[in-house]
Amino acid sequence: MLQTSPDAAAATHAKPILQLVGVRKVFNDLAAVEHIDLDVREGEFLTIVGPSGSGKTTLLRMLAGMDSPTEGNITLHGVRINDVPPNKRPTCLVFQSLALFPHKTVGENIAFALKVKGIDAARRKARALELMKVVRLPEAYHDKNVMKCSGGERQRVALARALAYDPEVLFFDEPLSAIDYKLKKTLEKELKDLHRETGKTFIYITHSLEEAMVMSDRIGVMRAGRLVQVGTPEEIYSQPIDRFVSEFVGEVNTIRVRRGPGALWSGIDIDGEFRLNLPENCAGLDEAFVVVRPEFMRFLGPGDVADNRVEGVVYNEYSLGSRIQYQVRVGEKVMLLELSRARALPPGADRRVAIGWDAADAFALGS
Amino acid sequence: MAEVAAIGGMELGGEPVRRQRMLSLGARCALPVAVLLGLGFVAPIVAIFGYAFATPRSFAVFRSFTLENFAEIFDPTNTVWLSFAWSGGFALFTVAILAVIAYPIAYGLNRVFGRWSSLVSVLFVFPLFVSENVRLYGWVLFWIKNGVLDGSLKWLGLGGGPEVLYTPAATLFGLVYTYLPFMLFPMTLGLSLVPRDLVDAARDLGAGRLHIWREIELPLAMPGIMIGILLTFVLAIGATAEAKILGGQSVIVISHDIEIAFTYSQNWPLGSALAVVVTAFIAALTLFLLGKLDLDRMLGRR
Repeated sequence: MLQTSPDAAAATHAKPILQLVGVRKVFNDLAAVEHIDLDVREGEFLTIVGPSGSGKTTLLRMLAGMDSPTEGNITLHGVRINDVPPNKRPTCLVFQSLALFPHKTVGENIAFALKVKGIDAARRKARALELMKVVRLPEAYHDKNVMKCSGGERQRVALARALAYDPEVLFFDEPLSAIDYKLKKTLEKELKDLHRETGKTFIYITHSLEEAMVMSDRIGVMRAGRLVQVGTPEEIYSQPIDRFVSEFVGEVNTIRVRRGPGALWSGIDIDGEFRLNLPENCAGLDEAFVVVRPEFMRFLGPGDVADNRVEGVVYNEYSLGSRIQYQVRVGEKVMLLELSRARALPPGADRRVAIGWDAADAFALGS
Repeated sequence: MAEVAAIGGMELGGEPVRRQRMLSLGARCALPVAVLLGLGFVAPIVAIFGYAFATPRSFAVFRSFTLENFAEIFDPTNTVWLSFAWSGGFALFTVAILAVIAYPIAYGLNRVFGRWSSLVSVLFVFPLFVSENVRLYGWVLFWIKNGVLDGSLKWLGLGGGPEVLYTPAATLFGLVYTYLPFMLFPMTLGLSLVPRDLVDAARDLGAGRLHIWREIELPLAMPGIMIGILLTFVLAIGATAEAKILGGQSVIVISHDIEIAFTYSQNWPLGSALAVVVTAFIAALTLFLLGKLDLDRMLGRR
């Protein structure tokens, strides 16, 4: 899930196609998007992820041309496009609602952009059928009413319709949010394939980091109108810039610590002394947070060693299918552990346990 | 809910025999409307149909059968076709003018006026609280020689106003004025059913204003527009007051002919036959257009 594909590496060195400089959007004195700087590289799959209300949709609407920024500049190939209307931009948006035209057939929906361009009916149909093949829709659907299609089929129609416009940049506004889990997984992978096959720049918006992790070359995390961190899925996962990002990526254990004694740090909210690798930007701090992901914690049997160790009582366990999650009460705190079934606690084992983790698997945050 | 069910159950348990003889709840609720429709709607139509086939200039309804009344109407030497033509022409022009006038206002109510749109709606509804005849006589005072317009212009030394009163044009003006709300509100409803997203999507796919209007807005707003067209056409084709008051009977419309047949000429069978022809025409048109409309979509059930 975390491997970076060669395409991603290639995208890293590509020149920016879209650039945002100090972009800000204010609605009724309320800033929905606050000073965003971002370079989108040509051909990359960039996902902007954030909770609802973080301003990601507003950002996307500005990129697509449906809103214009209050301040700052958006440039495409170096040309300022702040006030260029959407129909004059070489970009296309796949809407959250899909916004399919209910009075048109699948074929007419897909060929809409071609009709606008004045392309004749025969060539429109040929291109529509071609695109239907690309998005894996059966040819017989060409004359089917789009409202009679299933959810997944509509996704494909919306995608083909956007591709027919032949945009340089494709935007996606959470198009998979209303789709059941299994189909969503399939469509995510297909979208990733399509990205590779078309070589176009994809900018995807979602509140689900899982979706972002699967598909993206780079992920930008938004919070309260700001872009908090931009990086590869690997960077976002293993080096989150703050607690918000770390918690957004998944469940974490956080321990507040204070400097001393010696090179160690002592816990504030649980008892113990811990070893941790402090990042450079936190070097001068006297207090920090240690963040450990549940999957990096393990039970320590007699003789097992780890850089850090605490003791507690298991009071809950949940099956996650192939994995098991344990809740362990350590003093006042609850720590989470996630283990594969093979390393699970045997039934009837002592519920008093020692848990441990290595300093390299944890990261420290200043605030 | 539980209480109602309990009471119902008690009644059912206590008096099962009486319950069975009574009408179901639905039938009892529908009874007043059924009686009203029967007396106020079905009975007059049956009477009109009966009279339409009665001996001319008689009151021998249901006791005689003849097609003479219809023969008279369709007799080419008779000028009643002119009244049909005037009514139909007025209705067509009214609908066409209203469609052109109401569309921009309906668009504005949905997209442009914002928080002012309720006020604008109220302004359009407000005249409906005043009797139509009173409003039409108001316009007579406005257009008449030495009236509001003519008098004001003369007072300002700008010569007189145009002499438009008591012409077919004045009738058309009256029809457009009277039936504007009946076109405007269905149209506004129709346009409100065009999702904003679809317009945005069409624009994003490269469509300009004209394309968006032709490909997206117009087809999706069509149910509302059709209802507006139907409503105003039916009202305008049956209108008399405008032709009488503003048109000054410069031309006779069909409903005026019907009225004359029933009153001055005391030829109820002819009047009835005329009414049947008009009704049949309107009914055919209505059924044809309603068959093409998706009322469920209009009412937001889908």
